[in-house]
Amino acid sequence: MAVSTTGVPTGAPAPDVPTRKGKRSAHRWTRRDRVVLALMIGVPTLISVALVWVPALSSVALSFTRWDGIGLDSIQWIGLRNYREIFTIYPPFYPALWHNLIWLLFFLLVPTPIGLFLAVLLDRELRFTRVYQSLIFLPVVLSLAIVGFIWQLMYSTDQGLINAVLAKFGAAPIDWLGNPQLNLWAVLIAASWRHVGYMMILYLAGLKSVDPALKEAAAIDGASDWQAFRYVVFPALRPINIVVLVITVIESLRAFDLVYVINGGRNGLELLSVLVTQNIIGEASRIGYGSAIATIMLVISTVFIVIYTLNIFREERR
Amino acid sequence: MGKRMLQDPDQPGLPAAVFNRRIFLGAGAVALGSLGLAACGGSSSSSSSGGSSGGNATGPVTFGSNASDEVPKKAFEATFAAYKTSGGGDVKVNTVDHNTFQEQINNYLQGRPDDVFTWFAGYRMRFFAKKGLVGDVSDVWEKIGGGFTDAIKTASTGEDGKQYFVPLYNYPWAVHYRKSVFEANGFQPPTTLDEMVTLGQQMKKKGLAPLAFADKDGWPAMGTFDYLNMRINGYDFHINLMAGKEAWDSPKVATVFDTWKRLLEISQPNSLGRTWQEAAQTVAQKKAGMYLLGTFVGQQFTGADKDDLTFFPFPEVDSSVGTDAVEAPIDGFMMAKRPKNADGAKNLLEFLGSAKAENSYLATDSNDVAVHKDADTSKYNALQKQASELISNAKSISQFLDRDADPTFASTVAIPAFQSFIKNPADAASIAKNMEAQKKSIYQS
Repeated sequence: MAVSTTGVPTGAPAPDVPTRKGKRSAHRWTRRDRVVLALMIGVPTLISVALVWVPALSSVALSFTRWDGIGLDSIQWIGLRNYREIFTIYPPFYPALWHNLIWLLFFLLVPTPIGLFLAVLLDRELRFTRVYQSLIFLPVVLSLAIVGFIWQLMYSTDQGLINAVLAKFGAAPIDWLGNPQLNLWAVLIAASWRHVGYMMILYLAGLKSVDPALKEAAAIDGASDWQAFRYVVFPALRPINIVVLVITVIESLRAFDLVYVINGGRNGLELLSVLVTQNIIGEASRIGYGSAIATIMLVISTVFIVIYTLNIFREERR
Repeated sequence: MGKRMLQDPDQPGLPAAVFNRRIFLGAGAVALGSLGLAACGGSSSSSSSGGSSGGNATGPVTFGSNASDEVPKKAFEATFAAYKTSGGGDVKVNTVDHNTFQEQINNYLQGRPDDVFTWFAGYRMRFFAKKGLVGDVSDVWEKIGGGFTDAIKTASTGEDGKQYFVPLYNYPWAVHYRKSVFEANGFQPPTTLDEMVTLGQQMKKKGLAPLAFADKDGWPAMGTFDYLNMRINGYDFHINLMAGKEAWDSPKVATVFDTWKRLLEISQPNSLGRTWQEAAQTVAQKKAGMYLLGTFVGQQFTGADKDDLTFFPFPEVDSSVGTDAVEAPIDGFMMAKRPKNADGAKNLLEFLGSAKAENSYLATDSNDVAVHKDADTSKYNALQKQASELISNAKSISQFLDRDADPTFASTVAIPAFQSFIKNPADAASIAKNMEAQKKSIYQS
C-alpha cells in the first residue's frame, strides 16, 4: 500500500513533465501542464484512496464494532471485544494462522525450486521448448476455483481417480480431502501444480535477461554447469527472486478459492481469508468480527510489505 | 492490497521492461482467478416465455430463484407456464446457484432484489422480516389462507404477526434405505435407537456400511443433531436451544453428543471428505444400508432404483419423549420490500399459494410434498405418500438447525463444532463448552 501511493505520484509521470519541457524552463509550467499534472497525480491518488485506503481504514474501524450489515444505525461500538474473542474462543483462528504459514513455507520450498529447475531446463533451447512451456504454464490460466474442481475429481474418496487406482492394488481408500491431517497437503499439491507454472514463467523471463556473456565467461573460466548456475546465474537472478518472494507471500496470504470450493474452508483447510469471508460475505454477516480478522491479516501483510519496501529503498540508495 | 505494489511501473531492481509487463500480466491473471470464482456462482437468466408485453409500464414480474439443480429448475418452468395459461403475466426468472443465493442473501436484499424470490420458513425468514428487508404479504394471505393449516400459517408469520412468506412444499428428513437390501438380508426397519444400532452391527457383518454419512459441506450433520436432540430432550427444548435460550454445555446436550457417539460407530467413516450426493450413491449401489437425509436424496436415484427407495422415521430414543417431532423444512417465497411490479408480484404470490401451483411444481419435482390442503395427492409416488403421512401425523415440525437458529451461529459455530466432534468424539465436552461461549457472544443483541 505504502508503495502504491508514494510510488505513483513520484514515479514516471511527475519527473517526466519537466524534462520534456526542460529546454525552456523546468519551473514555468503552462496551465495545460498543470492540468495534465493534476490529472496524472489526482486520478491515481483518487483511485488509490477510494479503492485502497477507504476500504482498509473502514475495515479497521469496523473491527471495533458489532454490525450485521443492515443499516448504518445498527453499528455498535464494542472496543476490543472482537479481538479478545478471536484470540480466546474462536477455534478456527489458530489453525488458520498456522495453515497460512505452512502454505507460505510450502510454496517457497516446493513449487518455487521446481519452477526454477524447469525454467533452467527450458532456457537451454530444448526441442519443442515452446510446447513444454505452454503445457507447464497452462494451469496458471485456470482460476484456482477450476483447479479445485479438477483436483476434487482426483481426490474424491468413493469416486476419485487416485483411490480408484489404489483400489486396483487392494489398498483401502484414503480420505484425501476429509482427513484434516491430509487435506491441507493434498490441497497444497493441487495449488503447487498451478504455482509451478507461474514460477517457471517468471524465472524463464529472468533467465532470458541474464547476459549470456556472463555464462560464456564462466564457461571459459572452467566452471561446471552447476557452478555457473550457482555462482553466476543465480546471483544475477536476485531481482527476480525478490519478485518471486513477494508473489509467493501474496499468494499464500490470499489463498482462498481452492479451499473454498473444496469444503468451504473448514475441517483442516481453515485460512485467514476464508474466515473473513465466512463471517462477512456468508449469511452470517458478522461484519465487525470479520473485519477484525481482516485487520489481523492486514497487520501480517504489512510486516512483509515493510520488509520488501526497505529492501527496495536499500537497493535504490546503492 | 499487496498486489498493487507490483503495478508500480518504475520499480527499481527489475531487469527489463518486458519483465515488468510479465509481472503485470501475472498479477492480472491472479485477479482474474479470483473473479473466476465469482463467475462460478454467477447468475444465469432465462425468461419463462417468449412473448414479452413490451411497452407495459410495470413489465414482467422478476423472480429470483435458488433452484439451480436440474429437477427443481424444470419444475419452476412448468409452474410459471401454468401461471401464464391461467391468465397471469410473464415471469422473468433469474436463477442463481443454490448455496451462493443463500450466502449472498444479505447483499441481495439490500440491493435490488427481484420482485419475488425463493426462501425458507423459520428464523431466517423472521429475521429479514424484522429487519424490514422484505415485503408484507398479509393481504395475499387473506386470499390464500384457507388453503393452509394453522401450523403452516404460523411458520409463514413474522414476529409482528404479519405474513411474509408463501409456502410451496416441504420435505421430511428420515432414514432412507432400499427395500430390496432389507428384504434380501431379512432386516426389519428399527423403531428404537437400540434396534437401529443392533441392525447396524448386523449390516457390518454382511459387509455393508450401516449408516451412510457425509459432512463435507458441513450442514448434513445438523440433521442428525436435530433429530437426536428432539428425540432425547423434546421439541420445545430443541427450539429453545436454537433460539439461544438453553445452554449448549448443559447435561441435556451432553446426552445428545453421547448418543451420537453410538451412531458414529455404525456410520460410514471418512464422512468429512464426502458430499451427500456421494453418500447417496453408496446407498444406491447397495454398499451402504441406511441414510438419514431429506427426501431430496431421491434425486440421486433413477428408474427402478427410485421405486426401491423408502424410509423409516428417525427411531425413538426415549419412550417418554416419543417420535412425534419431525424435521420437515418448508420452502417457499418472499416478496421484495419495494417490488418494481407490486401488483404483479402479489398476483404471482397468490398463484404460487394455490393448489394448482403446487400440483404443477410437484408434477416435475416428485421429491417433495405439497403443503396446500387441496393439492392433488393422487399422483404421489409411494415415497411422497409416505412423506406426506409422516408430516401430517407429526405433532411438531422443526425446520432445520440452520433455519431455526441464528445463521451466524449455524455457519460459523455449529458447522465447525460438529465437524470437530465427528473427528474427535471424545472432545464433546470441550466442544460444547466452546459452542456455549460463542453462542453468548453471537446471540446478544
